[in-house]
Amino acid sequence: MNFWVIQGLNGLAFGSLLFILASGFSLIFGLMRIVNLSHGAYFMLGAYVGLSAIDAGVSFWVAILIGGLAISVLGAIIERFILRRLSGQPLAQVLVTLGIAFIIADACVWIWTGDPRPVPMPRELAGAFRVQQLAFPIYRLFVIGVAFTLAATLWFLLERSRLGAMIRAGVDDLSMARAMGIRTSLLFPVVFCLGSALAGAGGVLAGPILSVYPGLDTDMLPLALVVVILGGIGSLLGAFIGSLIIGFIYSYGQALFPDLAYVILFLPMVLVLTLRPTGLFGRQAI
Amino acid sequence: MISTSRPQIVLGLVAIAALLAMPWLVTSDYYVNIATQIVIAAILAMSLNVLVGFGGMVSLGHASYLGVAAYLTVYLTAHAGFGPLAGALAAIAATTILAMLFGYLALRASGLGFLMITLALGQILWGIAYRWASLTGGDNGLGGAVRPHPLGVDLMNPTAFFYFALIFLAAAMWLISRFIQSGLGQSLQGARDQPRRMRALGYNVWLIQWLSFVFAGFWGAIAGMLYAYYNQFVSPQTLHLTTSAETLLMVIAGGTGTLFGPIVGAALVVILKNVVSAYITRWLMLLGIIFVTIVMFMPEGLVPGTRRLRGIVRKRRGSPTTPALPVTEERPT
Amino acid sequence: MRRIATLFSTTFLMGWALVTASEAAEPLKVGFMTVRSGALAAGGRQMEEGLQLCIDAHRGEMAGRKIQIITADTAGQPAVTKTKAQELIERDGAQVLIGPLAAFEALAIDDYIRQTKTPIISPSAAAEDLTQRKPNPWFVRAVGTSAQAHHPLGEYAAKELHYKRIAIVADDFAFGHEIAAGFQRTFEQNGGKVIQKLWSPLNAAEYGTYISQIDPNADAVFAAFAGGNGIKFLGEYKNYGMQKPILGAMTTVDEGILKRMGDEALGVISAGWYSAAIDTPANKKFVEAVRKSYGADPGYYTVGAYMACQFLNNALEQVKGDISDKAAFMKALRNVNIPESPYGQVKLDQYGQPILDIAIRKVERKDGKLQNTVIKTYPAVSQFWTYKPEEFLKSPVYSRDWTPVK
Repeated sequence: MNFWVIQGLNGLAFGSLLFILASGFSLIFGLMRIVNLSHGAYFMLGAYVGLSAIDAGVSFWVAILIGGLAISVLGAIIERFILRRLSGQPLAQVLVTLGIAFIIADACVWIWTGDPRPVPMPRELAGAFRVQQLAFPIYRLFVIGVAFTLAATLWFLLERSRLGAMIRAGVDDLSMARAMGIRTSLLFPVVFCLGSALAGAGGVLAGPILSVYPGLDTDMLPLALVVVILGGIGSLLGAFIGSLIIGFIYSYGQALFPDLAYVILFLPMVLVLTLRPTGLFGRQAI
Repeated sequence: MISTSRPQIVLGLVAIAALLAMPWLVTSDYYVNIATQIVIAAILAMSLNVLVGFGGMVSLGHASYLGVAAYLTVYLTAHAGFGPLAGALAAIAATTILAMLFGYLALRASGLGFLMITLALGQILWGIAYRWASLTGGDNGLGGAVRPHPLGVDLMNPTAFFYFALIFLAAAMWLISRFIQSGLGQSLQGARDQPRRMRALGYNVWLIQWLSFVFAGFWGAIAGMLYAYYNQFVSPQTLHLTTSAETLLMVIAGGTGTLFGPIVGAALVVILKNVVSAYITRWLMLLGIIFVTIVMFMPEGLVPGTRRLRGIVRKRRGSPTTPALPVTEERPT
Repeated sequence: MRRIATLFSTTFLMGWALVTASEAAEPLKVGFMTVRSGALAAGGRQMEEGLQLCIDAHRGEMAGRKIQIITADTAGQPAVTKTKAQELIERDGAQVLIGPLAAFEALAIDDYIRQTKTPIISPSAAAEDLTQRKPNPWFVRAVGTSAQAHHPLGEYAAKELHYKRIAIVADDFAFGHEIAAGFQRTFEQNGGKVIQKLWSPLNAAEYGTYISQIDPNADAVFAAFAGGNGIKFLGEYKNYGMQKPILGAMTTVDEGILKRMGDEALGVISAGWYSAAIDTPANKKFVEAVRKSYGADPGYYTVGAYMACQFLNNALEQVKGDISDKAAFMKALRNVNIPESPYGQVKLDQYGQPILDIAIRKVERKDGKLQNTVIKTYPAVSQFWTYKPEEFLKSPVYSRDWTPVK
């Protein structure tokens, strides 16, 4: 009984982390059709920047903002000077992000020496929340809360705002959206910055659980891909549900089938893609 | 189109002559071994190029064939009592069958979906190699493979092994170029550029792509067999995502859809990783920067790119460039 | 005829003497394989620091010969490691190797080392079989084997901490398997029982799912992690409301990561052949030097590379700097005997593995810094613990599926 509850909570918390990681990826992928292979690197770099900010004496909350801001600036530069020059060549864009991921990963080893580092948790969220026999980390409950808030905010942004309407139009049919007079040249940088900011801030937020180390990028990138594939392209709901499903598969799967620990996240993805190439919630094949 | 222009043939002959003369040009076995690694990487990159360059199918899981063939070669010859030839043949056959299965799964999707399925399948293989320690040795990998003595030639000799690998490279170049010029290869390129028209003309695009996928997997397996005999061991690193990414990088850097591009790309990556890293600590960053630069400024890759640059210098004007990276994105309606 | 023969042999001897003389004047080339890029770069950097300290301490000279270090970055990839070994030996003419970092790298070049007959000193790779079932005549190790420190820890947990039931959580790779099995063997021999073994992937994203599975009946948890995983595990442990005491492997609370930890590490009891807090003059001097140069306490990798270099020095002194006779040099290397070192006294067994004092260590805070305070020392512990080597080597190497023979 306890097992199902606590691993359920674990799955929910890990799924929440995945959503924070994957939401930005999904936004960029959905609108710009760029598989941003440097998303994991953004996530790691954001965590490192946040860590340095904390070292410099700012609070955890400010560090999240700084991490997000720094990566959104980086994203803006990359979008403006690299991706835009390659517009209309999705494959070249994908490949260029792969190269950027190499550069960022090595730069992080250079600057932050490659020591694995914990990101200190804010004192007020440390410790366990107890109900009778159960104990669960307060910080993870907080992460679950953040993910749900983020999902609601993004949903509101996409469904209820003018920007959101433009993004949705672009996701559905880019050329039609252009024909309708939506200036994608403005829309793309905004979305790319937003997606990058989410990765950077997400890295700091996940830091107390994942810590920061060289290789965090390649550990996390496939997870973001899995979530987005499972959920379906350009579907925020899909990314959200996909994250939670993957979270549950991860926590129950690791416990129940330890021999499959390494592959447990990729089997469902292959299964879904071969049976339903659009993902669970996507309208388009990818 | 492939190797029909005269400069490319000349370039090719020069490259082949240089490769043949390699062991006399260098002073140390070390460089012969580097050359051997380039040859093996080139075969792998050429096989991926069948998919990327001619088929427009970008795979991020091509290390699968290298790794599986290498594991099987080491396992069968060193731990299951197979002879060197029987072990190699069995490894290549089994890996090709795996490519049939993976091709069936991956070709359910196209474009980015294809990329992601190949990536996921690759990750699964890596996970198996890592976890199934009783068979694969886990992170320690498998060792103990002994290089064979075909026709009495001792392949422990670096120069002998270099020529041994070179034979396979020559075979790969010949057979892959034949494949590209064959009806199947032509229809593969047709399917890359005009999939809908090809379908309308009655071609079975899926079958064409699947056969090409298996063909690419076969050559990946050859590279894996050579890799196993060259290194005499195999580890999960062989199956890792970074190996797939590096192979893709070789293809893109050298030039997709050309015969020599992957060889140049393989040389670039192998030399950066093994030789330049002795002088430049941040070689990984350099690799990234070179890659980004190539994609941005020489999208056709180094081989066609330098030719174009030469052309620009000579004629003082740019020639019209075709997008060399296949633009396969079909936005479904 | 006879005169000609004499003439020949005299000329030959003179020539040989000349060669030896010129060799003694030339610097000795030492190839050093480390990791500067990728996930293992932190350990690689600490190795470089340890080696540099040792070279500086000898002012770049050993037994009257200049030492030239040639560094190579293996990127933590076995295939690259092999190429780098070839680069160092064939191109750069390295006569001795120090390195590489990871066990899988050391295994990848094992055959090559045998072929080229190159003496190699391992500063960190702990895989048991390198000095056990597959001993390489050209290999000596300057650190313990995976299980060497954890045999004593198992006994200590049963006999002195009086734990009856222990749950093991360990990295799912050879190093973790060997540590866990070594611990289990002696713990159960002394009346304890390992009631659960959880293997987490080396790249496990987080440990909540594993911490939640720990059997409530366990008296304590033995957490065997490498790299940065100890940080993640310990950071989460208390937040799950866990009260059970933690035993750690040497690398779970290694000084290299302990400096980054906080209160969560306090009280962890571990075992190792080294602690920066060992209170001997030799170690104090060493720790002082590391702090001065690099601002941190030395741990596994720093001291491993430092000692590998001291081994080299000790062997070179035995052969008076002349390594033209490789067999003689190798004999000297296996005969290394250092009475005072950061480890304490060090001698090698016949397999090329040091016999080491094993410290049982407890994480405490002193002067605002965490350290591994030594609470007990098992002197002169062999890689075979108290078992007979022949008996020990008959059973297969420790693995994930290893179970104690009843």
